[in-house]
Amino acid sequence: MSKQDSIWVEDLTKRFGSFTAVDSISFQVDPGEVFGFLGANGAGKSTAMKMLCGLLQPTSGIGEVAGFNIRKESEKIKKKIGYMSQKFSLYNDLTIAENIQFYAGIYGLKSREIREKSRLLLDQIELNTKADTYVGSLPLGWKQKIAFGVAMIHNPEIIFLDEPTGGVDPLTRRNFWEMIRQAAYQGTTVFVTTHYMDEAEYCDRISMMVDGRIEGLGSPADLKGEFESKNMDEVFLKLARAT
Amino acid sequence: MRKIRFILIKEFKQIFRNRAMLPLIIIMPIVQILVLSYAVDYEIKNLNLYVVDFDNSRLSRELQSKFTSSDYFRLSGFGQDLNEAEFALSSRESDLVLVIPSNFERQLIAEGTGDLQILIDAVDGSKAGLAAGYGGSIIRDYTGQITKEYALRYGANIGNQVRTVETLPQFRFNPLMDYKSYMVPGILVILVTMLGAFLSSMNIVREKELGTIEQINVTPIRKYEFILGKTIPFWIIGIFVFSLGLIEAKVAFNIPIAGSLWVLYSFTGVYLFLVLGFGLFISTITETQQQAMFISWFFLVIFILMGGLFTPIENMPPWAQTITLFNPIRYFIEVTRAVMLKGSGFGDLINNFMIISGYAVFTISLAVLRYRKTTG
Repeated sequence: MSKQDSIWVEDLTKRFGSFTAVDSISFQVDPGEVFGFLGANGAGKSTAMKMLCGLLQPTSGIGEVAGFNIRKESEKIKKKIGYMSQKFSLYNDLTIAENIQFYAGIYGLKSREIREKSRLLLDQIELNTKADTYVGSLPLGWKQKIAFGVAMIHNPEIIFLDEPTGGVDPLTRRNFWEMIRQAAYQGTTVFVTTHYMDEAEYCDRISMMVDGRIEGLGSPADLKGEFESKNMDEVFLKLARAT
Repeated sequence: MRKIRFILIKEFKQIFRNRAMLPLIIIMPIVQILVLSYAVDYEIKNLNLYVVDFDNSRLSRELQSKFTSSDYFRLSGFGQDLNEAEFALSSRESDLVLVIPSNFERQLIAEGTGDLQILIDAVDGSKAGLAAGYGGSIIRDYTGQITKEYALRYGANIGNQVRTVETLPQFRFNPLMDYKSYMVPGILVILVTMLGAFLSSMNIVREKELGTIEQINVTPIRKYEFILGKTIPFWIIGIFVFSLGLIEAKVAFNIPIAGSLWVLYSFTGVYLFLVLGFGLFISTITETQQQAMFISWFFLVIFILMGGLFTPIENMPPWAQTITLFNPIRYFIEVTRAVMLKGSGFGDLINNFMIISGYAVFTISLAVLRYRKTTG
């Protein structure tokens, strides 16, 4: 709970009617850390992330993101974070360049910055020649990379990635994780959810979510030691069976 | 405010890339103005008339020809059998039956009065009312003329009884009583209302369906920036469509525009904000485009039917008239008619301006307030 934490939450809870999606979770994330949120589908990962991003009001609990209260200062948080949702959410009827310009503009970038950023981003994802292609006609892996680039367009302090590699091929996934590590290397805190257990190895620390609760928290090596497992798959299975 | 520009650019690109959109905003005004203004014509012509003439006199035949030589009536049957006439009426072959009793001519000349019977199919009440009105005035004219004629011919004795007051109506603002002149200003209102309400009500909810709204909601954009960014493109389209309709009205029907265009456009501009605010509000409270469609349709039907276009508000029962006081369409139809036909200026319509502006502020605020970037 020190001032330097990028994210900290205590007893964060979200209930939808009688269903408890997120059950009193507490954790903190250091600046520049790649923090993995692992768990099965429906474990409450996305719900927890939406509360951190200011898309969803928590039922109870407290927390801060980038130094702002997640209950009262969600609009201030939004200036400091980038978000890439599980569901692809760029405009299919706009071109790659137009999507980039739109979001850069909404984040208040100046025209010159927008031009520079667009060029840089297109370079980075190696889509220079495709700038005027409609996003809707691209394969999923490319779309995900553009979405990631758009989420990073305003140099956020923290980037939230909700299952960014869902449904893409292994090569693209690897590629994607290189981009994530690169962002972290440049100082961005990365908060990423996934249900691919092998991806946990790319994270500095991970939390294992089962049925809305955090059942394990630590570096991949720590967790493997704690649960006497060879890999994260085993850790997950042991945790999931225990409940 | 600079951010709004980026929303505008995006919205315009999306609107013009949508294949259904261009035909809609070009064809809708054409169809509504051209087709509706012909179809919604309350002037009734060629009513089918069945005549039962028991008198068979010169006067009774003259009376008949007065009926049939007008544009309003057409002889569909003739006879001396009331049952046949009844059948013609019930089988809808005839709209009305004129019964002339056997002593009609004698009584009219001798006493200056006479009895006639008109039977009218009143399934369509307004049509029946008009038939009675037209028929009555033909009979009045004719009998007046006859009694006057005989009075002149046979001395002042009868003439004393037939001093009648003649009314010569003077029709102001629409001297030829042209129905289109009356309808088209109202149809213009329906046009911008429907287009504006549907386009805007489907808009935000579409982003909800696609999931793109989440990406917007996680940006620091302000709610009013977002709503204005959504409103302005449709506002411009609304003004464009209104102009298209106005030009058509002028070119195709030579509808007068007696007042100033400046007044007309000021009202249209404010009114469009009202409509778009309403549509965007619906878009924020719904989850699917289908819901948005049904809800806006529900309100539009009520607003349009109670707007004074199809049924004059004065003809509605008092409770319904009270409801129309809350109907924004009513106020704008009053304005377009007053400006286009009567040449009313801003000063004459200040009341309507206040009400329409008030509604516009209300609906836009409602949309901004109800649009939530953070859900429960």
